[in-house]
Amino acid sequence: MAFEPVLTSFVREPNAYTLDFYLQRARGYEGLRKALTLQPNDLIEMVKASGLRGRGGAGFPTGLKWQFVDKKTEPRYIACNADESEPGTFKDHVLMERNPHLLIEGCVISCYAIGAKVAYIYIRGEFFHVQQILEAEIEKAYKAGFLGKNILGSGFDCDVYVHRGAGAYEAGEETALIESLEGKRAQPRIKPPFPAVAGLYQKPTAVNNVETLCNVPPIVLNGPEWFAGMGPEKNGGPKLFCISGHVKRPGVYEASMHTTLRELIYGEPFAQGMAGGKKFKAIIPGGSSVPLLLDEQLDTPASFDGVQKAGSLLGSAGLIVLDETVCMVWLAMNLLHFYRHESCGKCTPCREGGNWLYQLLQRVEAGEGRMKDIDLLFGVANNIVGKTLCAFGDAAATPVLTTLKLFRHEFEAHVKEGRCTLPSEWRAKHPVLAGHH
Amino acid sequence: MSFHPQMEYAPAQFHRSQRKLADEGPPFAYTPDNQAKFDENVTRYPADQRKSAILFALYLAQGQQGYITGNAMTFVAGQIGCSRADVEDVVSYYTMFYTKPVGKRVLNVCRTLSCALLGAERVTEALSAKLGIKPGQTTPDGEFTLIEVECLGACDRAPVVMVNDDWHERLAPEQAGQFIDDLKARGAAAFTGCHLKVET
Repeated sequence: MAFEPVLTSFVREPNAYTLDFYLQRARGYEGLRKALTLQPNDLIEMVKASGLRGRGGAGFPTGLKWQFVDKKTEPRYIACNADESEPGTFKDHVLMERNPHLLIEGCVISCYAIGAKVAYIYIRGEFFHVQQILEAEIEKAYKAGFLGKNILGSGFDCDVYVHRGAGAYEAGEETALIESLEGKRAQPRIKPPFPAVAGLYQKPTAVNNVETLCNVPPIVLNGPEWFAGMGPEKNGGPKLFCISGHVKRPGVYEASMHTTLRELIYGEPFAQGMAGGKKFKAIIPGGSSVPLLLDEQLDTPASFDGVQKAGSLLGSAGLIVLDETVCMVWLAMNLLHFYRHESCGKCTPCREGGNWLYQLLQRVEAGEGRMKDIDLLFGVANNIVGKTLCAFGDAAATPVLTTLKLFRHEFEAHVKEGRCTLPSEWRAKHPVLAGHH
Repeated sequence: MSFHPQMEYAPAQFHRSQRKLADEGPPFAYTPDNQAKFDENVTRYPADQRKSAILFALYLAQGQQGYITGNAMTFVAGQIGCSRADVEDVVSYYTMFYTKPVGKRVLNVCRTLSCALLGAERVTEALSAKLGIKPGQTTPDGEFTLIEVECLGACDRAPVVMVNDDWHERLAPEQAGQFIDDLKARGAAAFTGCHLKVET
């Protein structure tokens, strides 16, 4: 049976983002109508039965997350994580821009399920153009009675607000997002207590990714079995894959998690193969924070469990495809520039270690490295892993550890030859000017 | 800046903790319009959690004045009901707040992996050569500021440049110089916008 897109069926049609289109073509707000006739607990059980796993990166079961929310304390909150900042990830961007009502509907149903009256959509500051669409559509949903007081005559009240961030990758971590929502620096909290017990304003909070919440209305409409049946066991439902890098047709593609990584890269409906006739070198399958996979591992299904079995993680499903022109030392350096810049600075291993790693990589890449620098890289990276409050530390060390594991010979060649062995034409001609300040 | 026992000292580098905060600047207060926007925004949060509106309040201040001065921070602290130090804490953390004057158009070139794979480093070089400034600097006429930023979340349309709040996508290095001319001549019309929006 051919796969029917659920979340992105209409995204390329004109006016797909409008309320009228959503109501007429996409069975808009029918899920909400049905959800309001159910008991909140039954909704949570339904999402649990569907096996929906968080689409933000960790893959934690959404139903369980909602079940853990402390139902004795009032008020409770939904915080929607729209701080999409993981390099290589751009699926929520498309969803919010082209299908905002699906997210709004998902927010209201989720609020009803955990007994919250307010959902905050924390959107990254750079997505101002998306925020404008989202806010205009929220306004229309209020006027049409899908938000506000006494929604659809059910007596349930719910408000959805957009909260604009201001440029911080770390705000995508759930407790850091809550801190940022409270008007502080986006730095993670010590867990426990988990947000389900003491989250926003120390009240019970469920933090869910945009794509996760967008999956909720279809589950309510079509039932948990339909959702679970769409993919491998424990990896049900439609999934958005963001493919970027050296492919012919980069973009967001919706598929079941039966689809293999190879199909996603080479398949006709997907990225259609490598650009410019170049050879495939490696892929980062889940946003910049996960280990690389090589050609022989591409036949693994692109599911949470499948990619993990192959030795990496599906993460946020941001597939960055690398061709033979990519120098792996440069790649690690580029990503460490990112992590060094974005580290929130709370934990010393990540704040200082990231900077050390970047400096070492810079030295090796410039051809001024020594053999012992390679071991030092390994040592510093291993001293970050597992020693920080949030997963950022591990994420920052991963690009170094994975390139060292698979491409150590490239590091050694840099040291031996005293220069970058693969200075591709798409890179800066004068590294001092671009990127290495 | 390194204190690692096995690593030599490298030249001092830009680091978040070394940022200097703004000078006091001219006296600051919201325009009536901005004041109304702030008063509305603050109602979105519980009455005892006004601090949640701090990012919005700072965006308003920055929109009004171009960058955030010491006086603006004091003003925002008064609006929120927190200390000036609390506001400085936030301003110094988030990259989208400027504490120094910036050009009329701020060119934010994405430099992270997916954009870099398709030539973002060379886009920066081309823009830099065209404008005669290095990343982080502003042209003498105050028109352009060039900044390199980390992943903007549109990796399929690489390389991406964000100009203030507008997007320009798939900017090839060879087109970068022409893009500046186009921007000077046609203003906002020069932007591709988000490619998905093009169809509507």
